[in-house]
Amino acid sequence: MSSVITKVKQKQIAQLIEKGKRLDGRELTDYREITIEQGIIERAEGSARVLLGKTEVLAGTKVELGEPFSDTPNEGVLTVNAELVPLASPTFEPGPPDENSIELARIVDRGIRESKAIDTEKLCIEPGKKVFVIFVDVYVLNHDGNLIDASALAATAALLNTKMSKYQIEEGEVKLTSGYTQLPVKKHPITVTFAKIGNKLVVDPWLEEEQVMDARISMAIDDDGNICAIQKGGSGYFTPEQIQEAAKTAKEKAKQLRKKLGW
Amino acid sequence: MPIFFETRQIVTPGDLIAEGEYVAGENTYKENEKIYASRLGLVETENKKVSVVALKAFYIPKAGDIVIGTVAEVGFNGWTVDINAPYPAILRAGDVLSRPFRPQKDDLSQVLDMGDLIVAKVASYDRTHDPQLTVGEPGLGKITRGQILRITPTKIPRVIGRKGSMISMIKQETGCNIILGLNGVILITGKTLESEQLAVMAIHKIDEESHTSGLTDRVTQMLKEEKAKMEENKNE
Amino acid sequence: MNDKPEKLIDKKGVRLDGRKPDELRPIKIDVGVLSNADGSAYIEQGKNKILAAAYGPREVHPKHLSLQDRMLLRCRYHMAPFSVQERKSPAPSRREVELSKVIRESLEPSIFMEYYPRTALDVFVEVLQADGGTRCASITAAALAIADAGIPMRDIVVACAAGKVEDTVVLDLMDEEDKLGSADVPLALMPNLNAVTLLQMDGILTLEEFEQAVSLAIGGCKKISAIQKESLKAKYIDVKEVEE
Repeated sequence: MSSVITKVKQKQIAQLIEKGKRLDGRELTDYREITIEQGIIERAEGSARVLLGKTEVLAGTKVELGEPFSDTPNEGVLTVNAELVPLASPTFEPGPPDENSIELARIVDRGIRESKAIDTEKLCIEPGKKVFVIFVDVYVLNHDGNLIDASALAATAALLNTKMSKYQIEEGEVKLTSGYTQLPVKKHPITVTFAKIGNKLVVDPWLEEEQVMDARISMAIDDDGNICAIQKGGSGYFTPEQIQEAAKTAKEKAKQLRKKLGW
Repeated sequence: MPIFFETRQIVTPGDLIAEGEYVAGENTYKENEKIYASRLGLVETENKKVSVVALKAFYIPKAGDIVIGTVAEVGFNGWTVDINAPYPAILRAGDVLSRPFRPQKDDLSQVLDMGDLIVAKVASYDRTHDPQLTVGEPGLGKITRGQILRITPTKIPRVIGRKGSMISMIKQETGCNIILGLNGVILITGKTLESEQLAVMAIHKIDEESHTSGLTDRVTQMLKEEKAKMEENKNE
Repeated sequence: MNDKPEKLIDKKGVRLDGRKPDELRPIKIDVGVLSNADGSAYIEQGKNKILAAAYGPREVHPKHLSLQDRMLLRCRYHMAPFSVQERKSPAPSRREVELSKVIRESLEPSIFMEYYPRTALDVFVEVLQADGGTRCASITAAALAIADAGIPMRDIVVACAAGKVEDTVVLDLMDEEDKLGSADVPLALMPNLNAVTLLQMDGILTLEEFEQAVSLAIGGCKKISAIQKESLKAKYIDVKEVEE
């Protein structure tokens, strides 16, 4: 199957959008259908699978013990990685993370980190010596557009699903005790991505819209409607007015989604 | 219908030069009835055409151009020539050899080897193929002596001067033969090393001061002064 | 270990380095500083010292990356090991990979890529000393390096960041403000076309604060753009003045 989109289809998509419609019948600001399943990988401390239209992303969390960074001795560590595995798309090649998977991971990371979704101080076991290290691994299983929003949802859902073992300090040593505790997740950041096609902004672009767009912009919104991360991508540009329009729409869509997901 | 810059004023990429019914000339582009500069250079207007004479640009081949290049690779049926352009140029064996080409028997490096300089003409070039060269005309071929100078290609017209005035003056004053490659490479062959040096000096001066006026007179003046100095040194 | 400063901005709105909230750091730019590169520029902004070079259009190596209908733009943002407080390993970090990508995407809209098919334009940025806002200063220098190489452009891209420090939205964050402040918004602009080619943000801002930050950053960009143009014309203006 070719990953090149025909000029005829490109034109079709662009012309429809000019009139405020999309090829799959959605409104310009509609999301595709979203399904989230949690706890599907038992070996992981937390996991979630997101279906955003046909885009499928799996995120798993692993919790380990480690040392804190020297400049934040009382805080645990959160690290996000993303893999664009070859089975997800004819355009993904095997190998070390390329700029796309690195950018994806860092955008997802920013949304979670800047919104302060996790109180990293609660992840401290012994200040300066032992903290929880949370690994979030985002695994893209099928690429049909808007990997950013799907991955951000999957990562947040996986964190919400994460259980950690309990540790206490006994006689100067860190010891495992019985029981589990839920990872304390305070905020539920939601990332909304727009594609710019012609002079219009469309929310949640699917693959073919991404092949036609000249730029994209993603905005992460926290529970209070604040913006906590933004990333413009693609080799096109936005006008300042379009940026403000996107910010207002992102705030609304995040609120809607949050309600729908019960976050 | 305003023009926002005077002729010979310096503009930078993105500067709005004119608005209204003008035609976008070289090194400019038009968007929404506005003409913007796309390169650093001097504004030039000719009737309705607004252009920019670039202060610095690289050479893009054009069919018919005379160029001076260096043989970069000896292939099995031709040579790859560096003509100081973003694209390597090809000179086919059949163009150089006067008899039919026999790949098994003919050793092309005997004819032209890596590092050899040639004067050639661009036979053809388009967006989908690398430029093809030919040496099949009088005056073209391998260079065996002389000095090579490189200047930014946009300044070659300045070295030529209006109706060839500058270049003829230099040839006369220095007694040198000068071949100007449109790709910015210049070949100077003179009777003596000193005369070649004079020509080199003149061209360097043009290169550095190309954006100023009254240049032809100043270069002529400089050449006369330098020649006088050389005569003095000889007589001492 | 550096001590954290008491306050990043005092009651009168004066910042750690004495600046007002809407003031840029001192900027100095030189164009055409490297003899081998086709185009180059060096920028000092605050304590940032950044060198940018452009090579191209030139043949694409490896050949299979060559594009039939346009030029290939490649960008490498890299920090010298001695550029930051704690030595940074010379191997490209994930941050450098991401920044290389966003910097490339900020420059591409300004270049007439279609003019030179099957060629490459390689842009290299080396951060020799870092002081907050390196990606913006890098873009400002890289765009000049590309213009200096004689590559036709729609506009010279310029970049500047705004952010929030304690409760004030401020322009052009320095290192401490970047690290300890509550938001950072780097932005790149094609000033004549009013087109934003880079926009990122991290921190927490209300919609209104974000709007303020964007407008402050755009204002900063326009001021820096004037400095860019002067530095590009500099070596030609000097000679012209000497003649007159």
